[in-house]
Amino acid sequence: MARLFPMRGGVHPEYRKELTSEKAIINLPLPDLLYIPLQQHVGAPSELLVAAGARVRKGQMLARSDGKVSTSQHAPTSGLIKAIGDITAPHPSGLPQPTILLEPDGADAWAELPEPIADPFSVDPKVIRERVAWAGIVGMGGAVFPAAVKLDLGNQYKIDTLVINGAECEPYITADDRIMQEHADEVMDGARIMARVLNAARVVVGIEDNKPQAIRAMQWAAEGFAEVSVMAVPARYPMGYAHELILAITGHETPAGKRTAEIGAVAYNVGTARAVAQAVRLGRPLISRVVTVSGGALRHPANLLAPIGARVADLIEYCGGFTLSPARLVIGGPMMGQPLPSLDIPVVKGTAGILALSAAEVGERPQSPCIRCGACIEACPVGLAPLEMAALIRKDNLEGAARLGVEDCIGCGSCSWICPSHIPLVQYFHYANGMLNHQEQERRRNERTKTLVEAHHLRLEKQAAAKQAAQAARKPSTPKAPNDKASA
Amino acid sequence: MWVDIASLTLMGGVLGSLLGAAAWFLAVEENPLEAELQAMLPGSQCGQCGYVGCAQAAAALARGEAPVTLCPPGGKATAEKLAKRLGVAVDLSQHEDKIPQYAVIVEDLCIGCTRCIKECSADAIFGATKQMHTAIAEACHACGKCVLVCPTDAILMQPIPVTLRTWHWPKPPSWQERMELEKPVSHHWPKPPSCQQPVEA
Amino acid sequence: MSMTGVGPSAPFTHAPASVGRTMWLVLLALMPATAFNLYLFGWPAILLFAETLGACVAAEALCLVLADRPVGPTLADGSALVTGWLLALSLPPWAPWWTGVLGAVFAIPLAKHAFGGLGQNPFNPAMVARVALLVSFPVAMTAWVAPHPLFAANSPGFVEGLRITFGAGMPDTVSAATALGYIKTELTRGVPVSQSIQQTPDLLDMALGIEPGSLGETSMLLILAGGLFLLARGIISWHIPVGLTGSLFVIATLFHAINPDRFTSGVFHLTSGATLLGAFFIATDYVTSPVSKGGRLLFGIGCGLLIWVIRTFAGYPEGVAFAVLLMNAVSPIIDQYTRPRRFGRTRDGEPLPVKREP
Repeated sequence: MARLFPMRGGVHPEYRKELTSEKAIINLPLPDLLYIPLQQHVGAPSELLVAAGARVRKGQMLARSDGKVSTSQHAPTSGLIKAIGDITAPHPSGLPQPTILLEPDGADAWAELPEPIADPFSVDPKVIRERVAWAGIVGMGGAVFPAAVKLDLGNQYKIDTLVINGAECEPYITADDRIMQEHADEVMDGARIMARVLNAARVVVGIEDNKPQAIRAMQWAAEGFAEVSVMAVPARYPMGYAHELILAITGHETPAGKRTAEIGAVAYNVGTARAVAQAVRLGRPLISRVVTVSGGALRHPANLLAPIGARVADLIEYCGGFTLSPARLVIGGPMMGQPLPSLDIPVVKGTAGILALSAAEVGERPQSPCIRCGACIEACPVGLAPLEMAALIRKDNLEGAARLGVEDCIGCGSCSWICPSHIPLVQYFHYANGMLNHQEQERRRNERTKTLVEAHHLRLEKQAAAKQAAQAARKPSTPKAPNDKASA
Repeated sequence: MWVDIASLTLMGGVLGSLLGAAAWFLAVEENPLEAELQAMLPGSQCGQCGYVGCAQAAAALARGEAPVTLCPPGGKATAEKLAKRLGVAVDLSQHEDKIPQYAVIVEDLCIGCTRCIKECSADAIFGATKQMHTAIAEACHACGKCVLVCPTDAILMQPIPVTLRTWHWPKPPSWQERMELEKPVSHHWPKPPSCQQPVEA
Repeated sequence: MSMTGVGPSAPFTHAPASVGRTMWLVLLALMPATAFNLYLFGWPAILLFAETLGACVAAEALCLVLADRPVGPTLADGSALVTGWLLALSLPPWAPWWTGVLGAVFAIPLAKHAFGGLGQNPFNPAMVARVALLVSFPVAMTAWVAPHPLFAANSPGFVEGLRITFGAGMPDTVSAATALGYIKTELTRGVPVSQSIQQTPDLLDMALGIEPGSLGETSMLLILAGGLFLLARGIISWHIPVGLTGSLFVIATLFHAINPDRFTSGVFHLTSGATLLGAFFIATDYVTSPVSKGGRLLFGIGCGLLIWVIRTFAGYPEGVAFAVLLMNAVSPIIDQYTRPRRFGRTRDGEPLPVKREP
């Protein structure tokens, strides 16, 4: 096996993956209602193509990509568009977003799908990119960046490594683990197709060493393909962070503020690779995803293949409901996930996990003062000084924190996890980055306002000058006394 | 002893004079303070500070006539910057930033008189005589002048709503604030007023 | 819609670490050495130790009440106890009771709470107290005594112990000098080190602790064991202990080789005085030492060098307390210059250069 490069920082949480790692993926039965938000991705929201009352079929495009960085939404099943309105978003704020309400008719009838691409390895890469764009595929590891836009990077940069991210470093979540074990061939196919589009010479599948079966499955799928290799990376959170995984595999650090493509590497999640294979080989859009439903407060943790738009309540009901009142409901993993505002939230393309955590699992304790132990500095994978930044932010010195690098924070939560004083360090950085962003928006807004106000004054001056010119033109014979003209 | 006193006095006098001469001859030319202060203000000439335009407000600040908290749109950030430049100590802990607002014209009440259009300092109101008027939200900077001139009180200042794009995590409470929040509330009888304290009705 | 009321953000899981756990592990590491030395110095030492600890905890409770902070949870984190323990270990074992009380007053209200409480003090509270006591009461603070093991014939009984600690004090006749003190005094009398060193306890006794000194100065082996325990549990990192002992050993050996009559050897420096206590328990105090690994190493090296300089050239025979305080003053600057390199950036904070052709 090729050489691995060491990781700096990081922590070892309790993984608790045994709750679901041996459970095969189960298809969630169709719920009564599906809620498909128009924005489940980074970029511009999708543009609606259907209206309330329309009958749609499975896989039919409901909203199309709007602009360069955008993607499309498809019907996860056949049915009736009941309404289009604002529904609570899967977001901690509980704010609403435009959502399509689809009532399944039970027939699950496919729409007319595009033809499978016969030989993806000899066709023009543009065809593949267009198919991926049509299929509405986004990064399914959680970044939800439109996959087709990223596939274009092969034209802008020289890519020599396509990294397939099977690390799955968050505790509890086993969705990618099961996908690799059960659909290794599809993942491999999608990976090789993407490598061809990117013109990448090699494909490396990075899997944390706590998933030996997945490693074996992928190695078996990789046999016969000389350009593909499977690397077991040390299980250390946050190994799944793309820049970290690329460093471990290629030894190159992505320069701050630059894309990984600039150092010749692009990373995709295993779920995304599988979705690409399905779009290319079967002509199917992205309409479902594997979600790990787990946690100490859940009766029967499971890995479910859920249609996009199924409510969290539906998945939890299928898993037998709660055994005790959960202390926290989380979408995603416990380290970086978002707290759920309610159970009436849809599963979207980036939902890898739903957790019902008991109080014991959360381990929340009262905060105490910082004792400057430096554990957070050792834990930070980016090399920041969390305790110093948090002290500055506490005193509202956001510029000071920015100078120390708070904008480089990736939000992994390792610092908060390890802090003996239970200080919510990463929340300080979320706040600081949010405020800095807000202040930047305000600055821009002020610039715009200044321009508008100046234009307003200019306009008034022009009007006044034109008025005087008109007056002067009407009375040319009257000689003007030196002090006659009123000053402007 | 007298020699000691005389020699130290003489030294002090000579060195002090040298320092004074240096302060006079080698004085650094101050950049115009007003221009610097004006650059720190938002520059929208809204008039909420009470002065006509940001230039006048900057002049007043430079003269020391105006408090650094004079600019509501600038908020706490501007007040801090001004205080730092002027070398003024100011306690902003109680300062509440005004919630960002924008003008909304209630269409049922608008009579199309165009008074607000003429008044608007950023030309942010769209409309014509006897036609419906609308305030363009992105251009409005909440100076409030339109509200004052509308004859039918058809303009309201609304807080700018938080959207998914603008929402961010709030500041976590410090451990002292947490303790305050979690302190069990104990019931005290209020202190009875003494003879010297006035009894409030 | 407001930005408040959403509850905390991720992470929703936590390491089992806590401040209390850290402090109690430190005390656990100190217990063997402390127990042995309390045994060595008998009842007066036990009484002084208990009284100093009590005074520190009481001072902490009083300060918390005055600062309107919850007394129970804050006391339970054990930080006052650790300060008191280290202070007690640095006092002469048969010192009068008021040294413990005054030490507690210097350490807790003045050196800790006046700066804002836990985590805010720039100087190590136990060392501030020790130095303040040493400077104010040099005689009482240098009245060392040879070991009088607890149940031996010449050891004072409980009542005698009460009299020594709380009453008339230590009889002059039993005072003895520490090894460092003895050598320094002899040097001022013109006696070279090579001669005076014959009069000091031999290496084995010093290692085991059968020598005059404070409770923490003796028993090098037990302190070392405690320190290694803390290292193994990850409570402290190796950078400060290795930096301190390493630099002290190197510079002492160097100068001893140059002039053995004037300078004592590296081994002597390591085994005498509070070197090991300082290296593992005092200089490693989280709050007052730098936070990064490189910073800690620098801090340790600085401490070691200062200890040697103070012991060799300064007016005091023991230099650990002063050295630690001086390095505490420099900790913030060290912190500023030893921040780690950020991912994807050079040491100056600029993004790494992209070395490839697009």
